[in-house]
Order: sequence, then C-alpha cells, then structure tokens
Amino acid sequence: MKILVCISNVPDTTTKINFSDDAKSFVTAGVQFIINPYDEIALTRALELTEAQGGTVTVLHVGDASTEPTIRKALAIGATDAVRVNAAPRDAYFVAKQIAAYAKDQGFDMIMTGRESIDYNGSQVASMVGELLDQPSISIVKVLNVEGTTATLEREIEGGKEVITCPLPLVVSATEGMAEARIPNMRGIMSARTKPLTTIEAIEVPSLQQFVKYDKPAARSQVKLVAADDVKGLVDLLHNEAKAI
Amino acid sequence: MAKDRFQGHDYYLMDELLTEEHRLIRDSVREWIKRDVSPIIEDYAQRAEFPTQIIKGLAEVGAFGPYIPAEYGGGGLDQISYGLIMQEVERGDSGVRSTASVQSSLVMYPIYTYGTEEQRKKYLPKLATGEMMGCFGLTEPDHGSNPSGMTTHFKDAGDHVILNGAKMWISNAPFADIAVVWAKDENGDIRGLVVERGMEGFSTPETHNKWSLRASATGELVFDNVKVPKANIFPTIKGLKGPLGCLNSARYGIAWGAIGAAMDCYDTALRYSQERQQFGRPIGGFQLQQKKLAEMITEITKAQLLTWRLGVLKNENRATPAQISMAKRNNVNMALQIAREARQMLGGMGITGEYPIMRHMMNLESVVTYEGTHDIHLLITGMDVTGFNAFT
Ligand SMILES: Cc1cc2nc3c(=O)[nH]c(=O)nc-3n(C[C@H](O)[C@H](O)[C@H](O)COP(=O)(O)OP(=O)(O)OC[C@H]3O[C@@H](n4cnc5c(N)ncnc54)[C@H](O)[C@@H]3O)c2cc1C
Ligand SMILES: Cc1cc2nc3c(=O)[nH]c(=O)nc-3n(C[C@H](O)[C@H](O)[C@H](O)COP(=O)(O)OP(=O)(O)OC[C@H]3O[C@@H](n4cnc5c(N)ncnc54)[C@H](O)[C@@H]3O)c2cc1C
Repeated sequence: MKILVCISNVPDTTTKINFSDDAKSFVTAGVQFIINPYDEIALTRALELTEAQGGTVTVLHVGDASTEPTIRKALAIGATDAVRVNAAPRDAYFVAKQIAAYAKDQGFDMIMTGRESIDYNGSQVASMVGELLDQPSISIVKVLNVEGTTATLEREIEGGKEVITCPLPLVVSATEGMAEARIPNMRGIMSARTKPLTTIEAIEVPSLQQFVKYDKPAARSQVKLVAADDVKGLVDLLHNEAKAI
Repeated sequence: MAKDRFQGHDYYLMDELLTEEHRLIRDSVREWIKRDVSPIIEDYAQRAEFPTQIIKGLAEVGAFGPYIPAEYGGGGLDQISYGLIMQEVERGDSGVRSTASVQSSLVMYPIYTYGTEEQRKKYLPKLATGEMMGCFGLTEPDHGSNPSGMTTHFKDAGDHVILNGAKMWISNAPFADIAVVWAKDENGDIRGLVVERGMEGFSTPETHNKWSLRASATGELVFDNVKVPKANIFPTIKGLKGPLGCLNSARYGIAWGAIGAAMDCYDTALRYSQERQQFGRPIGGFQLQQKKLAEMITEITKAQLLTWRLGVLKNENRATPAQISMAKRNNVNMALQIAREARQMLGGMGITGEYPIMRHMMNLESVVTYEGTHDIHLLITGMDVTGFNAFT
C-alpha cells in the first residue's frame, strides 16, 4: 500500500497568539511549531497499516525551509520519505492544488490529512484534493481499516455512528480515535537523518481569496459582584452598563 | 500529582546553539516523560518502588548509552544529546535519571572503554535495550569519598578469580543482572570485573527507609567467595583511573540532569505564583516572591551556559575532570537551592505530592552526595587551581 500523508506545521497549542500591527498576519517570532495533531493521527494510522500490510508512507508538506524540523520529526516517527513543496501555504485552495499536482501521477492508494489544522481550522483541504483528483473523499474519520482494495471507515454522526466502505484510492481526513500519536524514539531519530526529503517547486495557483484582517477575541471584562439583596443595583447594572435588559 | 504542564525555560535563547536533531531528541524525551513517567512517579516514590515498566521506554528514548556506537546497540549520538536526555529524564525524577546514568556511564561506558571485544558484544546490545540492567559497585561501607582505600579483593584461582568483600549504596543493585565491580587484585591494584547475577555467593540486599531517591532501588553487593571467570575482568585498566573515567561521564550527565530538576521546580513555582492569590492579588506580584523567581532563572541560565560549553568541550574530548567537577558541584547545588526556595513559594501545598518540588528537593540530597560530594568537588577545584592536595 502506498499512502501519502499531508502534514501542516502549526503553532504549539500553548502559544500566545499575536498579530502584526496592520492586523494582516500572525507573528511567528518566538513561536514553537509542531506537526498538526490531527495530521499526526493520520500519520500514525498510515504507519500502522503499512507496518501490518507492507507499503510506504510519504509525507508531504507545503511550506518554506523553516518547516523542515517538523518534516524531520514525521520521518523520525516512521515515514518512509518526505516531499516539501517550497512555498508559503497561502490558503486551502493553494495547498490542495499543490497536493493534487504532486499526487496525480504517483499512484497513491490513499491520501490522508487531519480533519483540520489547529491554526486556521479550515477543514477544506481533504475535500478539495478529492475533487481535484476525482477521488472519493471522506472527512472526519474515527476508524480506518483497509482490506485488499477496500477501505472500511467509521464516522461519528449526530446520535450514533456511520460505517462506510469505499474502494481505493480515496482521500481520508482523520480525527481522534483513529490512532494514538507516537513519540519519536532514538532509532527513529537516527534513521531520519538519512531518509530522503525532496524539495519541489510550487505550481502557479490563482489567488481566490484575500485575508483582510485578524482580530483577537475581546479581553474578558472584570466580574462585578452584587450583594444578594441588592436587586435594584443588579437591574441597574444590567440595564445601564451591560445593556442586556 | 497534578497534570504535568511543564514548559522548558530558555532565557538566553540557548536553543539556537543546539542542532535541529538535539531539539528533536530533547522534545521527544520530554513528551515521553509527560506521558509515561509524570503520571506515575509520585506514587512510586511514595511507595519507595522503582517503576520497572518504564525500562523499555527509557531504552527507546535513548537513555541507555546514547553515545555508545550504534554497532554495539548504542545511539552513536554526541555528548550534548546525552546531556539533554539526562536533563529531561531528571526533570521527571532524579531516581529515574540515576538508573539511566548508571546504565549508560557506569556500566556501558566501562564495558565499551575498558572491555574486551567479547565483553562488549556480550553485554552492550542487551544493556542498550534494557533487556539487561547493570549496576556499579565502587563505594564500600568504610570507603565512600576515599575509594582507593577499598577492601573488596580477589585472588587468582586458575581460569577464574575468587572475589570477597561488600559494596554499599549501589543504585539498581536489587534488580541488576550484572554489576561492574571495582576490587583489588593480589598486587593491591584496583581492577574492574563484571559479576553476573546467579554467580554463587553473590547477593544484593536492598537498602530500605531512604528519604531520597525513593523511586530508585538502592542496595548492597555482597561477595562471599564468588567465582568470577577471568574472561569477565577488564584486561588492561588498573588503578583508580578506571572508576574515575566512568564517574567523569556520569558527573557530566548529572550536571545536565540537575538543570532538569531545577527547571521543573522553577516552572512549578512560577505558574503557582501567577495563579495563587493572597491579599487580593497573585503572590507573583510581591517583591519577595519575584526575588526568588528572578534569582532562580538567573542561576538556571548560568548553569545552562556552563553545561552547554562543557558539552562542546566534551565533544572535542577536551573537558578535564576538574571542569566536570565544577559543573556537577555548581549545578546540583543550584538545583537544591532552587528546590528549597520553590517549595516555600507553594506554602503548604509545597510539602505535598500534588507538586513535584519536595520530591525533587529530597532526591537532590542524594545527588549532591553521590558521584563525589559537594565538598569533594570543591577540593578537586581547589587542588586544580592551587596545586595543593587538601584531601588528606
Ligand atoms: C542514593 C545513593 C545512591 C548511590 N549509588 C551509588 C552507586 O550506584 N555506586 C557507588 O559506588 N556508590 C553509590 N553511592 C555512594 C556515594 O557515591 C557515596 O555516598 C559518596 O561517595 C559519599 O561517600 P560516603 O557516603 O561514604 O560519605 P563520606 O565519604 O563518609 O563523607 C561524609 C562527609 O565527609 C565529607 N568528607 C569526606 N572526606 C573529606 C575530606 N577529605 N575533606 C573534607 N570533607 C570530607 C564528605 O564531603 C561528606 O560531607 C550512592 C549513594 C546514595 C546516597
Ligand atoms: C503540615 C501543615 C500543618 C498545618 N496546620 C495548620 C493548622 O493546624 N491550623 C491552621 O489554621 N493552619 C495550618 N496550616 C496552614 C499554614 O499555616 C499555611 O500553610 C501557611 O499559613 C501558609 O499559607 P498557604 O499554604 O496558603 O501559603 P500562601 O499564603 O499561599 O503562601 C505562598 C507563598 O506566598 C508568599 N506570600 C504570601 N503573601 C505574601 C506577601 N504579601 N508578600 C510576599 N509573599 C507572600 C508566602 O510567603 C509563600 O511563600 C498547616 C500547614 C501545614 C503544611
């Protein structure tokens, strides 16, 4: 089985988020980047499947050279080889076009992504790649098994679960439950030194959207305590200050 | 214990001095400690038990002989990687780090450095995977700081030797499969030999009632006419420089390890000081608490610089034993002072197992004593700078 796992490079969950003065971009200085956690789940399941049934796992990342530690970590976790598309990941459409352009004649049995990246939370890449490659695409999958040329997948739906079968090749986006992410071990880190990491140039993609500005949620205001018997005071505050009634 | 929310502290952007691989190694060990060690370690320390289930994980993250060449099962990594692994493991617990130090520097290192090719092939690959665990017997009941006075000795008996004597305070002894033992031959020269569990007359009673390194097993090694094959003796190394070579490597790792314990105490106290309110505001806003925190991060930063430089020298084979003594002494003392201050900052909570500080503090009482006491390292520096021996 030949699997492509698309990984994105996202700020660590404990990062304090700041935007540039013109509010047009996220300030990356001093930020610790990690593999998007959902992508790590996809990667782990891809490794489990190929370890059991044979095959290879290629990781693909669209990003500039500063993201190589993240790619190297994916190799240390166990991926066979890696490809970096040398371009800043402008938006979901741009990324999906790059993935599809690379994957279209590589004969992957499965392309896997995370359900969403935890930075911009777009949840769009997997579906777009499916469309661009004319392959079925199944999103937010909790359980993934493959037998022969058929995948069996489970999704959580309102009030229950959905079981789907689908012939390969297909595109799958992974969520919690599919696998338990692995910590790279020393052997993995050592072997990652010599695994191939190929850089390819991006294809031209028209800009379909523009980011106008980013805002942080308004700071939470202070709590005001009102004495239990001061009903008039409470109503006054709700009416005049909070303007809620 | 409360959830492990540890974050590393890097006030002087020391990460820029590390390679991408160093950071990956460090972060992976950190993740593993958070997943497999922090949730259980307090409980094992309270019960005074070594968590044997983490041995496999320690081996996998590279804590057993990371700098031993890969052909013998080691990691073939550099000394800074070794240091970072020790730092992260000790951030979890000094007792767990002790097990890793002993296995790497006091068992694998001498077998690799002084051993025959047969000894290397027989022991090193299994020690690297943790399938076999080792201990190191130098200290005796009457000879701690002065190991050259040791009385454990062996006599020639044809194809084997007969070993008699006793070692005390030996980390990992109760469960170790092999012991690297230092004993005198018939000429009174200190020699190293590998004693295997199961050899007749060899026993390893456990030392109980420790208030320190409670999650590490400590014991004695008792040799009552033990027949040890001559093939188990290190062929050429003679004298105190044998064990001292091992101690240099272990002390170097401890200098890094202590930073881990110190960072964990600082990190805990810093977070607590931002969350804990007294007199209507966070205690971190009071000058007295800021003095403690500011001094802690200053000392941690100095220790980080010292250790990084020592690592570079060690990679280039230029670190002297006296330089290693200085780092071990400074960093362990630094960690111990920080643990004591940090514990106070948590008020009553500081004495409980909800937080790791008091465990670190008690552990560090052993770390400041073993591998050369705080005093002995001072005498080493003193002798190095003055040229006068003040030991005897
Ligand atoms: C938990 C634990 C684990 C250990 N693990 C091991 C192990 O795995 N293998 C091993 O071989 N050993 C081990 N040790 C032993 C350790 O190395 C010794 O405890 C240490 O060397 C000190 O020896 P001692 O306890 O006999 O103290 P002593 O040597 O009796 O020292 C007592 C005090 O006298 C001071 N002192 C001694 N000589 C001088 C001097 N000349 N001038 C000034 N002051 C002096 C010391 O600094 C100390 O403060 C371990 C110890 C502990 C506590
Ligand atoms: C074993 C034990 C038994 C006890 N028994 C009793 C008992 O029988 N009865 C009882 O009532 N209590 C008892 N106590 C509680 C004890 O009195 C409190 O722990 C102590 O008053 C400290 O309060 P705290 O733990 O809330 O720490 P905190 O008050 O939260 O202090 C935390 C840290 O902040 C510092 N700090 C606080 N305010 C300031 C400030 N304004 N400026 C600078 N620094 C500040 C403190 O010095 C400390 O380092 C006991 C505690 C323990 C550990």
